[in-house]
Amino acid sequence: MYDTGKVVTGLVIFVGIFTFAFWYTGGRAAPRPEPKLDTPEIQKMAKKKCVEDTQFMITTHMQLLNDLRDQALREGNRRYVNSKGEKIWISLQNTCLKCHSNKKDFCDKCHNYAGVEPYCWDCHIDPNRSEL
Amino acid sequence: MGIIVSLGAVLAIMVVAWIGGSISGLQPIFGVLVPYAAFAVFLIGFCRKVVYWAKSPVPFRIPTTAGQEVSLPWIKWAKLDNPSTTAGVIGRMFLEIFCFRSLFRNTRADLRSGYLYYSPSKWLWLFAIGFHYAFLIIALRHLRLFVHPIPGFVETLDAVDGMFQIGIPPIYLTDLLFIGAVTALFCRRIFLSKVRFISLPADYFPLFLLLGIGITGLLMRFVFRVDIVSVKQLANGLASLHPTVPDNLGAIFFIHVALVSTLFAYFPFSKLMHMGGVFMSPTRNLANTNRMKRHENPWWTPPKFHTYEEYEDMYRDLMKEAGLPLERE
Repeated sequence: MYDTGKVVTGLVIFVGIFTFAFWYTGGRAAPRPEPKLDTPEIQKMAKKKCVEDTQFMITTHMQLLNDLRDQALREGNRRYVNSKGEKIWISLQNTCLKCHSNKKDFCDKCHNYAGVEPYCWDCHIDPNRSEL
Repeated sequence: MGIIVSLGAVLAIMVVAWIGGSISGLQPIFGVLVPYAAFAVFLIGFCRKVVYWAKSPVPFRIPTTAGQEVSLPWIKWAKLDNPSTTAGVIGRMFLEIFCFRSLFRNTRADLRSGYLYYSPSKWLWLFAIGFHYAFLIIALRHLRLFVHPIPGFVETLDAVDGMFQIGIPPIYLTDLLFIGAVTALFCRRIFLSKVRFISLPADYFPLFLLLGIGITGLLMRFVFRVDIVSVKQLANGLASLHPTVPDNLGAIFFIHVALVSTLFAYFPFSKLMHMGGVFMSPTRNLANTNRMKRHENPWWTPPKFHTYEEYEDMYRDLMKEAGLPLERE
């Protein structure tokens, strides 16, 4: 092999960059976040359910929130009829956050884990924020 | 023909991954075993290829005609295109690796009313650089799924990439650039007759693979949504060597992973090795010092000569006997 020093240095840098995720994690997996559903409002419900079913809410809540925002603010229509035919009043703070009053233990848990920074809070505030 | 073969190969991988990803018993194979194996093949294969290349001696600096070599002081020297110093070589390599200078110098020749014209042609350079930087940023952004806590630069990239906040989840600019550039590179191959003539399955296959990766990625984000927390759990598990397979991942995720694994495993054996090759190009990484220094062939050994003197020493007695003239008595 010619220029062994240079070639080996290059390969070490290459392997170092491509295995970044391995040595950065250092063999420790972050625990899967479990969003908490034990707010007083949810405890009071006889049948614990959200506006749509759980799997849909897990994967598509962002789109639902976005669509409902457009419907409420741009069309002025605050009535949402869900897939079960129930009528729901569209309001982040008075509907969504009424049950999910624990932003830190509900929203933020998964968002921080997945590195998602939703811009909900550019306009809204968390009504249960302690420093208010 | 090459198109059909390559498209068929990519579709076959997708179908296999689709079936495998839908059977929960096979998910550890497609989610853990295949990615690990592919990544190992990539790292080992890449290093072996580079070492193999490094075994070839390059005794003579290959001068390129890209610019005037250093000469008399009144002849203008192209310092970057034909460097004779290490600094110049570093400059040339920087331009090559970060700016794709070779592609930028691309020209096209065409006949216009009987005359041959050479004109600059930047399209290939534009699509290539757009694709490569988009792919780099997309790959770096994916680190958010592999490591925790997420490094600051990954979050910054994410925010800048989605800065227009179009749709929810936001559309990344690099995603559009990636799909657009790969499509353009593909169209170039099928619509330019000269390029199509020299295109092989090995040229179409990576394009289909990359297009498949991009499209499945977008589908996962916008159409057949998957639970991002489960995706991160799997990716983070892979990176921390404690893999777990959550049970609510859709088949689309396994198709995406299978295509990426294919890309990794295929990489060292294909033209994609230009990633390592660009650093190993003798026409790029060697200073043109042919006239300043003596470059000796490394495998050159002086041949064994048998001079007349030695010949005479060998046969002196016989020659004397036969009465032949001798140089030395």
